[in-house]
Amino acid sequence: MYEASIREPLILGDKTTHDITEDICRPIEGKANKYWWWCFGVSVAALIWWVLCVSITVGQGIGVWGLNNVVDWGWDITNFVWWVGIGHAGTLISAVLLLFRQKWRLSINRAAEAMTIFAVICAASFLLTHTGRPWLDYTLFPLPNQFGSLWVNFNSPLVWDTFAVSTYFSVSLVFWYTGLIPDFAVVRDRAKTKGMKFWYGLLSFGWVGSAKNWQRFEEVSLVLAGMSTPLVLSVHTIVSMDFATSIVPGWHTTIFPPYFVAGAIFSGFAMVQTLLIITRKVLSLENYITTYHIDMMNRIIMITGSIVGIAYITEFFISWYSGVEYESYCFVNRATGYYWWAYWSMMTCNVISPQLFWFKKLRTNFTFTFILSIVVNIGMWFERFVIIVTSLHRAYLPSEWSTYHPTWVEVGIFIGSIGLFFTCFLLFARFFPVIAMSELKTIVKSSSSQAKREFKEEAHH
Amino acid sequence: MNYVITKNNKTLSFVLMGVGILSIVYGFATDSLRAWGSLLMSNFYVMAIALAGVFFLAVQYVAEVGWSVQIKRVLMAMGTYLPYAGGFLILIFAVGHHDLYFWTHHEYYDKASPEYDRLLDGKHAFLNMPFYIARLVLYAGIWSYFALMLRKESLKEDIVGGVINYKKSVKLSAIFLVLFAVSSSTSAWDILMSIDAHWFSTLFGWYIFAGMFVSGLTVIAMLVIYLKRSGYLPNVNDSHIHDLGKFMFAFSIFWTYLWFSQFMLIWYANLPEEVAYYAFRQDHFKAIFVLNFLINFFCPFLILMTRDSKRIKGLILFIGSIMLIGHWLDVYLIVMPGVVGEHAKIGITEIGTTCFFAGLFLYVFFNSLSKAPLVPKNHPMLGESLHHQI
Repeated sequence: MYEASIREPLILGDKTTHDITEDICRPIEGKANKYWWWCFGVSVAALIWWVLCVSITVGQGIGVWGLNNVVDWGWDITNFVWWVGIGHAGTLISAVLLLFRQKWRLSINRAAEAMTIFAVICAASFLLTHTGRPWLDYTLFPLPNQFGSLWVNFNSPLVWDTFAVSTYFSVSLVFWYTGLIPDFAVVRDRAKTKGMKFWYGLLSFGWVGSAKNWQRFEEVSLVLAGMSTPLVLSVHTIVSMDFATSIVPGWHTTIFPPYFVAGAIFSGFAMVQTLLIITRKVLSLENYITTYHIDMMNRIIMITGSIVGIAYITEFFISWYSGVEYESYCFVNRATGYYWWAYWSMMTCNVISPQLFWFKKLRTNFTFTFILSIVVNIGMWFERFVIIVTSLHRAYLPSEWSTYHPTWVEVGIFIGSIGLFFTCFLLFARFFPVIAMSELKTIVKSSSSQAKREFKEEAHH
Repeated sequence: MNYVITKNNKTLSFVLMGVGILSIVYGFATDSLRAWGSLLMSNFYVMAIALAGVFFLAVQYVAEVGWSVQIKRVLMAMGTYLPYAGGFLILIFAVGHHDLYFWTHHEYYDKASPEYDRLLDGKHAFLNMPFYIARLVLYAGIWSYFALMLRKESLKEDIVGGVINYKKSVKLSAIFLVLFAVSSSTSAWDILMSIDAHWFSTLFGWYIFAGMFVSGLTVIAMLVIYLKRSGYLPNVNDSHIHDLGKFMFAFSIFWTYLWFSQFMLIWYANLPEEVAYYAFRQDHFKAIFVLNFLINFFCPFLILMTRDSKRIKGLILFIGSIMLIGHWLDVYLIVMPGVVGEHAKIGITEIGTTCFFAGLFLYVFFNSLSKAPLVPKNHPMLGESLHHQI
C-alpha cells in the first residue's frame, strides 16, 4: 500500500518478519531477568497486602474504613472509577484507532488491551468489596424474587453499572484473546519443550493459520471492534451517571458523560505510557515502540487533558452562571474549602502539566513522558476524590457537614490493588506475546524503516 | 483543474436568495418576532456548516490525514463563507437583540422596577451588551481569520511546493483547534443558550458542536458527490465517499449520545430550574421534539449501517437531505420556542429565511471554489489520497 514519504517509519532497525517473531518470542522462551523478579516480588508483596486488607474489610465490615453517614463514598469508589478509567485506553487503541486506520496502534494494542482487562479486574474488586457483604453481591444481578432477594431497581444507575462493567470486561477479554490466538500458535510451533508445546497448544485453540482461519479471524475482529467502539463511550458514561443522575451539587451536571469519557482516555493513555516505557526497556523493544509511538500517545494525552480542562472550567463557570447558590458554593468550596489541596493537585496534574507536551522536545523525551504519565494518573485519582468527597462532605443542611479521612485499611486496599495490577501485567509480559506480532507483520512492507528507504530510492530513479 | 461555475449554480443561488429576501420581508410584515427568530436560527445553521468545514479541515492537518487531501479545497471554500456569516451574526444581534434576547432589556436589572430579575442580575457580569458584542466580534474574527489563512497557505503551497506551507498549516490548525475548543462552547452559550437566559446546561456547548459537525459532514459529502457527478474530482472514488459516510454515521450516533445525555440527566433529576426548558418544548412542540430524535438518530443509524450503503452516492444524497432537515429542526427547537414562545410555527418565514442563507452560502462557495485548483497539487500526502482504497 502506498504511504507518503513524509510519514515516519513505525518499525525501526530494518526488521524482517522473521526478526519480529524472534524479538517478540524471546522473552517468553528465555529466562526472566533479575529486574523482572524484583518487580514481581514487590508486586506480589503488595498483592498479599491487598488480600490481607480485603480480608479485614470482609471479616469485620465496612466499619474498618473511614466512611461516615455523610461521606459514604470515599476511597472505594474513587479507586473504582480510577481503575475503570485507566482501562479505557486499551479499548480505544484496539477499536477506535482500528476504525481510524492508525497503523501505529499495532505495536501497543496488545499491552494496552491487557492493561484494560487487569484494570477492570481491579475496578471490579472495589465494586464487590464496597458493598460490605460480598457474599450477597449476586443481588446486583436481576435474579427472580424467589431466589431470596428483591428484583433489582432498573431505574438505578448502579444497576446499569453492573451491566456496563461486566459487558465491558467480557467484550474486552474476548477481543484481546481473539487477537492472541495466532500469536499463541506461533509460540506453540516454535516450542522446544513438551510443556510449552502443550500449554500454548491449548491456548491457541488449534489454530493452523489457514486462509479460512484468517478469514474468520478478520471477520470476528471487525465485529468485536464495532461492538467495542460504543463500549469506549458507554462504560464511563454510565459510571458518570452514578453521580449525575443525583441532585447532589457538583454531581448533577449534564457535561459529566462525555467529560468522564475524555478523562478516562486521558488516564488510560498515561498508564499505557507508564507500562510501555518500562516494557520496551526491559524486553528490548526499542525498535517497535519508537519515539513516534510515544509522541502520538502524548498528543492524545494533551488533547484529552485539555478537553478535561475545558470541562472543569465549564462546570465552574456554569455553577456561577446558573445562579444556583448550592452549585456555586460547591465549586468555590472545592477550590478554597477543606479539600482545596486535592482540587489544586487535580488542576495542576491534569490541566496544566499536559500542556508541556506542546513542546516537541518534551513530547518525545522518554524520561519526561514517564514522569508526566505518573503525574497525570495522580491527577486523575484526585479528580475522582474531589468529585466524590468534596461534594458529599457539604450537603444542603449543616447537619450533613462532615469530613473524611481514610484508614490504613482503605489505603492498603488501594496500594494492594496496584500490586494486583502489576502482578497480572508482569505475568502477561512473561508468558504472552506483548506485541501483536502477526498483525504487526502486515505493515512491514509499508511502514518499516527499510520500506521507507526503498520508497525513497524508487522516487529518486 | 478549476471548477467552472455553471449557469445552474448561479440560478439556484439567486433564486434561493430571492425567495429568501421575499420571505424575510413577508416575515417582518406579518410577525416580526418570527422573522427575527428565523434570521438568528438560519444564520446560525448555515454558519455552523461552514465552521464545521474549517474544523474538519484543521483536524485533517493536525491528525496527519492522507485520504482526504483531494477534498480539502471543498472544505476551504466552505470556510470562505465565514466572514459573511460573522457579519450577519453581529448585524442580527445589533438590530434585533431586544426581540431575540430578553436579557437585553434594562428593567430586569433595575432593583426599583417590579420586573427586577435576581437571576439575570446575577449573570450581568457575563450577559451585558459591551462584553457580549465583543465576544461576537471575536468569534467572527477568529473563525474567519483562520479559515482564510488555511486556504491562503494551501494556495501558496500550489506555487511554492515543498513542505513549508504544509507545516505552517499544521501549526495554524493546531492554534485554530485550541481557540475553536473554547469558542465553540462559549459561542453556543452566547448565541443559543442565552435565548433562554434562565436556563443552563454544562453539556450545551458540546451538544451544539455535535449537531454542527454532523450537518457540516453531511454538506461536505453532498458537495463532494455533486462535484464528482459534474465530472470533477476524477480520483475521488467510492472509498472516499465511504469514509465520509462513516463520519456521517458515527457522528450521528455521537450527536444522539449527547442529546440523550443532556435530556436524560435533566429528566431524571427533575430539578425545576433545569426541566423547564424541556417541559416547555414537550408541551408545545411535541411532534418536532420526537421527530428531531427520530430523524437524526434512526435514519442515519439504520440506513448507513452497512458498508455498501455508505458507497452509494444517491443514497448519501438522500439520507444527507433528511439529516439536514433533521438538524434544521434541532436548531429550530433550540431557538424558536425561546424567541417566539408557544405559538412558534414552521412556515414561509422560517423556511424562506434559511433559503436566503443557503443561497448565499452556495454562491460564496462556488465562487471561491472556482478561483483555485480543485485539488492541492503539492500536498505531501496527495499520493495517499489518489491511491485511496479501503
